[in-house]
Amino acid sequence: MRQAAVEGVPEGYLKYTGRKVFIICLILLLTALLGIYAVNAGSAELSPAQVLLTLLGRAEGRLNIIVWNIRLPRVLAAVTAGIGLSVAGCVMQNLLRNPLASPSTLGVSQGAAFGAAVAIIALGAGSVQSTSADAVIINNPCLVTCSAFAGAMATTLVVLFLAQVRGVTPEAMVLAGVALGSLFSAATIILQFFASDVQVASMVFWTFGDIGRASWRDLEIMAAVVAVSLLYFLINRWNYNALDGGEETAKGLGVDVEKVRLAGMFVASLITAVIVSFLGIIGFIGLLGPQIMRRVLGGDHRFLIPASAGMGGFLLLASDTLARTVISPVVLPVGAITSFMGAPLFLYLLTRGYGRR
Amino acid sequence: MILSVDGVEFSYNSRPVLRDVRFAVNRGELFSILGNNGAGKSTLLRCLNRIIRPRAGSILIEKEDLFALTRREVARQVGYVAQRHESARVTVFDAVLLGRKPHIRWDATARDLEIVREVLAVLGMEEFSLRYLDELSGGELQKVIIARALAQEPRVLLLDEPTSNLDLKNQFEVLQIVKRAARERNIAVVVVMHDLNLALRFADKFLLLKNGAVFACGGREVMTPENIAGVYGVPVAVERMADVPVVVPL
Repeated sequence: MRQAAVEGVPEGYLKYTGRKVFIICLILLLTALLGIYAVNAGSAELSPAQVLLTLLGRAEGRLNIIVWNIRLPRVLAAVTAGIGLSVAGCVMQNLLRNPLASPSTLGVSQGAAFGAAVAIIALGAGSVQSTSADAVIINNPCLVTCSAFAGAMATTLVVLFLAQVRGVTPEAMVLAGVALGSLFSAATIILQFFASDVQVASMVFWTFGDIGRASWRDLEIMAAVVAVSLLYFLINRWNYNALDGGEETAKGLGVDVEKVRLAGMFVASLITAVIVSFLGIIGFIGLLGPQIMRRVLGGDHRFLIPASAGMGGFLLLASDTLARTVISPVVLPVGAITSFMGAPLFLYLLTRGYGRR
Repeated sequence: MILSVDGVEFSYNSRPVLRDVRFAVNRGELFSILGNNGAGKSTLLRCLNRIIRPRAGSILIEKEDLFALTRREVARQVGYVAQRHESARVTVFDAVLLGRKPHIRWDATARDLEIVREVLAVLGMEEFSLRYLDELSGGELQKVIIARALAQEPRVLLLDEPTSNLDLKNQFEVLQIVKRAARERNIAVVVVMHDLNLALRFADKFLLLKNGAVFACGGREVMTPENIAGVYGVPVAVERMADVPVVVPL
């Protein structure tokens, strides 16, 4: 197709889209390289050669266990969750016409965490341990995820309702998100008290996220949901572009705006619910990924969606690797690192005209 | 006759906005809808694009019932330039390419890109191709939005007050572009207008709407001082200056 297009199309345009494809490939390559580094990095001394051998299935027992059971699922979970949260944020920003939207800034993540906590503590879908190494064991991922999804969707419906009300500014919507988030966080904390008072301290990961908790089974579920959602978003990329031109314009271009909006928010909530129920709340990735790429590539969703996905994966993997290595062997909560990056960006967006420039 | 509207009625919460509106537009015609504020001009235009559905009446596009089509099919027949548009951070070329959306299945083909290039060339906007929308002036932006609607290759093009907020030069340029499109592409163009002088200058047919009902409809002959005064409630004279018809409020 590209070849045939050259005749009728300004060369500049092909160069311009080619540049975007190049940047996306670059991000994916960087993520892959960082992934290899991340499998290496850590308190157990491994060399890249040993890691490579292990991945090819030619290593002795101890290495096998470290790489296959600990490092690799962790790296893959970071990338998967980063991709998921970032595309969810990207699509929410478009659907709500709000550049400050993301799963954590609108309280959707907190809603999901509350839902998951209800399933684990009240509905018995998991057990709460008093060790901080693995505070919560999820026995019934389906119930936990469904419950988390109910919490996420409840928040989303409130947000969607607010979006319909005339004259709600992006800032006001985020304020509402903060209120919802606090409400759900408070409810989660109260629930934890009912679990048992000694276990409260070990439940911190709900509020700051912990990628090390992901098992291969968790990873499979997350990867499946994220992959299908990403495909769904990509199929709708032209609809999202049309929405960027305004609601009336989109309708004029044949977009069923209400349906696209509701379905998109539904899928974004689902991604959030799955990730939060396995890893806890990881803030700001959904804001960081798309906002960085919007600045680099512009607002065309044909490129913005894959670029946000790649950037989200890269950022969360980088954050998690930093969290593991900066004061090794102590592992910091990854959500704290992402918040350190995200909060300044958020303030920047607020003060420097977050509008579409 | 490409667009025929018959007995269209619409009400917002039982307050009637359009009452028994009927008219027809031919190919190649620039059809202007005029009327006082709140007469229902924009509502009528939104009915023609099926953004809203009238309570009664029929709208046919070449004998095809507008309300029997899917939204996507409507978008292939009818282009719509809204009164307000948001300028996202996309290039002019991408913004116009969006007009191909109703025709695109999975991704833009070489033909889609070719059509966009042609439309930009016809409007003399080739050098703007890679400029960002949010860096354009009001007049340039309006032309891009019209280019998008033309790239849609509609049989009926609707424009809602396309010249409000434009300076004199851009008002003329935009209406010339639209008029040329009607002639060259042999499509029906329906424009909601406020400026009677611009309407007299560019439109072939006129629909005078008063409080949701058709006051008068036809060619230049309906633009009489009596009709205009009847619609706007202001006495006017219609004179010719330098061979151009002008409306002067008295």
